[in-house]
Amino acid sequence: MSNNNEKVLIKGNYAIAQAAVNAGCQCYFGYPITPQTEIGEYLSGKMQELGRGYVCAESELAAINMVIGAVSTGVKAMTSSSSCAVALMQEALSYACGDELPVVLVNVMRAGPGLGYIYPAQGDYNQSVYGGGNGDYKIIVIAPSTVQECIDYTYKAFYLAHKYRNPVILLADGLLGQMMEPACFGEYPYPEIDNSSWALTGAKGREARAIYSLGPIESKQIERIERIFKKFELITKNETDWEEFQTEDAEIILTAFGSMTRNIKAAMKVLREKGIKAGCFRPITLNPFPHKRIEELASEGKDFVVVEMNMGQMFKDVKYSVNGKSNVELVNRPVGEWLRVEEIVSAVEKIMEKNYAASI
Amino acid sequence: MQQVFSIPKSIKKDSKYTFCPGCDHGIAIRLLCEVIDELGIQDKSICATSIGCSVFLYDFIDVDCIEAPHGRALAEATGVKRACPDKVVFTYQGDGDFASIGLAESMHAAFRGERVTALMLNNTTYGMTGGQHGPTTMMGQITTTSPTGRNRDYYGYPAKMAEQLALIDGCAYSARVALDSIPHINEAKNAIKKAFQVQLSGIGLGFVEILSTCPTNWKMTPEEAHVRVRTDMVKTFPLGVFKDLSEGGK
Repeated sequence: MSNNNEKVLIKGNYAIAQAAVNAGCQCYFGYPITPQTEIGEYLSGKMQELGRGYVCAESELAAINMVIGAVSTGVKAMTSSSSCAVALMQEALSYACGDELPVVLVNVMRAGPGLGYIYPAQGDYNQSVYGGGNGDYKIIVIAPSTVQECIDYTYKAFYLAHKYRNPVILLADGLLGQMMEPACFGEYPYPEIDNSSWALTGAKGREARAIYSLGPIESKQIERIERIFKKFELITKNETDWEEFQTEDAEIILTAFGSMTRNIKAAMKVLREKGIKAGCFRPITLNPFPHKRIEELASEGKDFVVVEMNMGQMFKDVKYSVNGKSNVELVNRPVGEWLRVEEIVSAVEKIMEKNYAASI
Repeated sequence: MQQVFSIPKSIKKDSKYTFCPGCDHGIAIRLLCEVIDELGIQDKSICATSIGCSVFLYDFIDVDCIEAPHGRALAEATGVKRACPDKVVFTYQGDGDFASIGLAESMHAAFRGERVTALMLNNTTYGMTGGQHGPTTMMGQITTTSPTGRNRDYYGYPAKMAEQLALIDGCAYSARVALDSIPHINEAKNAIKKAFQVQLSGIGLGFVEILSTCPTNWKMTPEEAHVRVRTDMVKTFPLGVFKDLSEGGK
């Protein structure tokens, strides 16, 4: 597989897998689940060929804990899974935050709740951003919208995980995982992080190290949680990422994450052609979330329409950011066929009519 | 005068004994550390720890440790070993951690023949939470959740892990030992050593089930608890080496 500047036509899942290889991922542990199984299939052969670690784990519980074991030695490691199986990993994510370990988890979302189905959905916004584990913790969440971004943000996921010693979720969906697009791998663009001050390598010439979140001494536990949250303040300052298009003169801003971004960009063009001053705003990091920028745009009186394939999970974060300074509407479908461009356009037109009528 | 005993090098100098009086964890940890010293592996060992009373291993052992959620020790040990095949990797778990909540991880680490060592202390109860019935509770045994004793209809049968592990191809060594007497303690140390040696020679997983006391929850004196181990427990959990693929093993 290409590891250079040549453009290749490649499926999202394979792109993520090869990007992990390029990033220097030493171990992959996973359990099959549609629509992300190609990641494990690809890496099973690749990791063996390269003399790196691969285990088809007995469960997702085991898989993510194998990642914890591997990254505790300072190496890069990852697992990948999908929605209902990522639910099984929530305990370990809480541990990984408490233990400050650079776990990388790729979630190629499918529909829920429960078993749901294998078609793409965006119902894991809450599971990723707010988490299902116990205690106070935060995970960095990055949502790609193209196969190229699957590559770029897989690189970034490894870098940020090690830079901040914090778990990172790459939140893709079945659409991205299964689609083919031209993309370019380039080289892993980030510096290597020195893990020698904390990694477990055997107590040779130094004191033994123990990595744990166990906190029978209250003051130490408070100190640890405060340190982790302080760290996340720094992550918020340095790493909050988004993109926006034509927001400058926009009256209404379409907002989406992940592959729905593609459709709002298209819908914006159609709306502009119809004379509606529409813009686009797309959070790239869902955690940290670009609250500040949304608030600024809302302060200028711009309304928001959140378009997502769930019952309004990111919607409430946008509402929180806007904080009553403008209108926020939701255009959504819980699961099934991705909201089509014309559906988004007509929903926005209705919203404009309603808001316009309300203003007279 | 000749010195015949000293605290193992792999035990932290400032550690204070925190287990209940008469609990066998103290002996088990000492044996583990003696074996680590004798094999000269302290500086290349990494332990995946567990939940329950065995979690206090942190307080005593002077080797690198990574915390595992309840039952996930052998998954983490697998991750450590796959990332660093040159390290010596082991777990120290209770029967609840190894044989109940972590059964899948335990068995599959053995199925895969991971080159790691697993020690399971079997005291027939959940010690830290106050003595509930667990996977290894014996028939008739009274616990806080088997108030009239373990019976077949409500609770089924105890899990015999040393025998189970011996059936698995990837398991290179499986033994059950006890800590109730000096001869048994010496045998236990030999078994622990063997369980590390099969890892070091790359044959497969080494497993030792260590019968141990829980005087607090058994509501016995330390002496009564040890009598129970040798007269009662060994009937359900016979001692012995069930598999040994090492050179000269059976």
